[in-house]
Amino acid sequence: MEAAYAIECRGLVKRYGDVTAVDGLDLAISPGECFGLLGPNGAGKTTTIEILEGLNRPDSGEVTILGRHWGTHERELRERLGASLQESRFLDKLTVFETLRLFRSFYRDGKTPEEAMRDLSLEEKRDTRVMKLSGGQRQRLAVACALTGNPEILFLDEPTTGLDPQSRRQLWEHIRAFRSRGGTVLLTTHYMEEAEQLCDRVAIVDHGKVIGEGTPAQLIGRLRAPNVLDFTSEPPAPLELVAAIPGAFQPRQRGNHWSVSVSSLAEAIPALLSALDQSGSRLEELSTRRAMLEDVFLALTGRELRDE
Amino acid sequence: MSSPRRSYPLFELIRARLLEIAREPEAIFWVFFFPIGMALALGFAFRDKAPEPVSVGITGRAQTSVLREALTRSALLKPQVFSSIEEGRAALRVGKIALLVENGSPIVYWYDPTRPDSRLAKFEVDQALQGAAGRKDPVAVRDELVREKGSRYIDFLLPGLLGLNLLSTSVWGISYSIVNARLKKTLKLMTATPMRRSDYLLAQMLSRFALLALEAAVIVVFGLLVFQVPLRGSFSAFVLLCAVCGLSFTGLGLLCGSRVQTIEGVNGLINLILVPMWLFSGVFFSPDRFPKALHGPIQALPLTAANDALRAVMLEGRGLSTLAPQIAVLAVWGIISYAIALKIFRWQ
Repeated sequence: MEAAYAIECRGLVKRYGDVTAVDGLDLAISPGECFGLLGPNGAGKTTTIEILEGLNRPDSGEVTILGRHWGTHERELRERLGASLQESRFLDKLTVFETLRLFRSFYRDGKTPEEAMRDLSLEEKRDTRVMKLSGGQRQRLAVACALTGNPEILFLDEPTTGLDPQSRRQLWEHIRAFRSRGGTVLLTTHYMEEAEQLCDRVAIVDHGKVIGEGTPAQLIGRLRAPNVLDFTSEPPAPLELVAAIPGAFQPRQRGNHWSVSVSSLAEAIPALLSALDQSGSRLEELSTRRAMLEDVFLALTGRELRDE
Repeated sequence: MSSPRRSYPLFELIRARLLEIAREPEAIFWVFFFPIGMALALGFAFRDKAPEPVSVGITGRAQTSVLREALTRSALLKPQVFSSIEEGRAALRVGKIALLVENGSPIVYWYDPTRPDSRLAKFEVDQALQGAAGRKDPVAVRDELVREKGSRYIDFLLPGLLGLNLLSTSVWGISYSIVNARLKKTLKLMTATPMRRSDYLLAQMLSRFALLALEAAVIVVFGLLVFQVPLRGSFSAFVLLCAVCGLSFTGLGLLCGSRVQTIEGVNGLINLILVPMWLFSGVFFSPDRFPKALHGPIQALPLTAANDALRAVMLEGRGLSTLAPQIAVLAVWGIISYAIALKIFRWQ
């Protein structure tokens, strides 16, 4: 019988000394879904994904992968999963082809190294040693290795951290291609844009707990203030002025630049203009946008993700 | 896009490790060129040749030239004249000469009796002077010189270098490779695949065995060709002995690499293990020179056992049945190291 969920965990807890890295975390991810664990560094994302991958044991809680448990079906599960770890490196002196041939030999069934290279556009780098690859190429090799056993689930821990935008987009395409063949993906990221682009559902993780979960649109839609005003003025507006805008939520200042979430643009903009006018401040720039996942994180935690 | 497995993971892991080593110039240097360079340098430094004459000084008030003539007749002496006794003593103090002869009545020998070359010089100088003065020896004697292959310093040295090299390349090679893989999280990445952990460790051992075989062959063939160091024992006994050494030494390497998380840490640990053996295990000179109380512990070191057994097989042509104590020492070290290493091995 096929399991209802590809990945399921309940009440995961993991402590390191006094630090509770994962603090009662529940997840349920359906087959074919792309699920993102989203949060700042140190939120417990890596510990969580490594527990789900069977590389780390939780202090308490239960993990079910494809209806199996790590304790009883480790070898079977390893054949059916693929993983790329954060900051892990391959053997520097081996070429791309040799690395794929090595990893392929670990699995009963899977792709040939040639197929794996074609899937991740690495054919031109076939005989290049790992140490000479760029960051993006290395990440593609990591994903190629994770996919070499034709897994049903792909775990990716910070797959695009440190990559330039072009390499990042390229890798997204390869992850989408895996999904289009029916694969399940669990990834961690601290790039909200990545989560919005790739994930069907995301869980926002902070201090080892899930503090928000849903599709990116649901999470944004649940905000009380789903619009954001960005403006600068001369002289800069004081906090009282910004906080007094109707429906204003979490005003934040960077230099003389203000960002403030508001519930209704139609009410907020006229109020802002007249308040600036009365205080003798001249508006220099004004833009508005729909809230993004980053604003969701801010609304849920009161902290900005990028500062972490 | 799915096809069954075409090659065994153990085979691929060994191949990957050997490719890595072959692409590492430093590894090749330590495995092959270091022992050969060492054997060349020490072999030529201590090669069989006419003994170097001993420098002795002559000083005194008058007629030093007569003394000098008498001493020059001895092939073992190289006399030189000093104009004052102070100058002569200064040369003696810094070791430029082994003995200072002060002409006078009586003739005075200045020397340090704790220096073997000084004692030799005193004996030779006295012999030469008394002979020149007309002393006749009452007993007739004749010298018979022996220079057999197998009893020279290089014959002692080469098996020791072989043992030392098998040990150091095993320990450095295995533990570095493992610690590096742990540091870069390659180990962790591999444990996320269906790879059997025993395959990884076995591959480390077997790839090292392949290298040890090459290493032993190169050193032995080099010794045979350049210095005619004999391999008197049977070839199979020699191969088996090297295999036992390999088992023991790879175990030590695995143990060194089993838990350490930093390169500095593993450096220190390896030095802690290897340096005493460099010193005590009879690589460069016989450990019999150490005080008696140390002999027991020294015999229990794996490198001492390896060197003793290698010398016995290569130089004396002994079979393994006569080397049971040494083989037992190697086997115990190997088994205990493997057992502990497997128990405490850290994959992440």
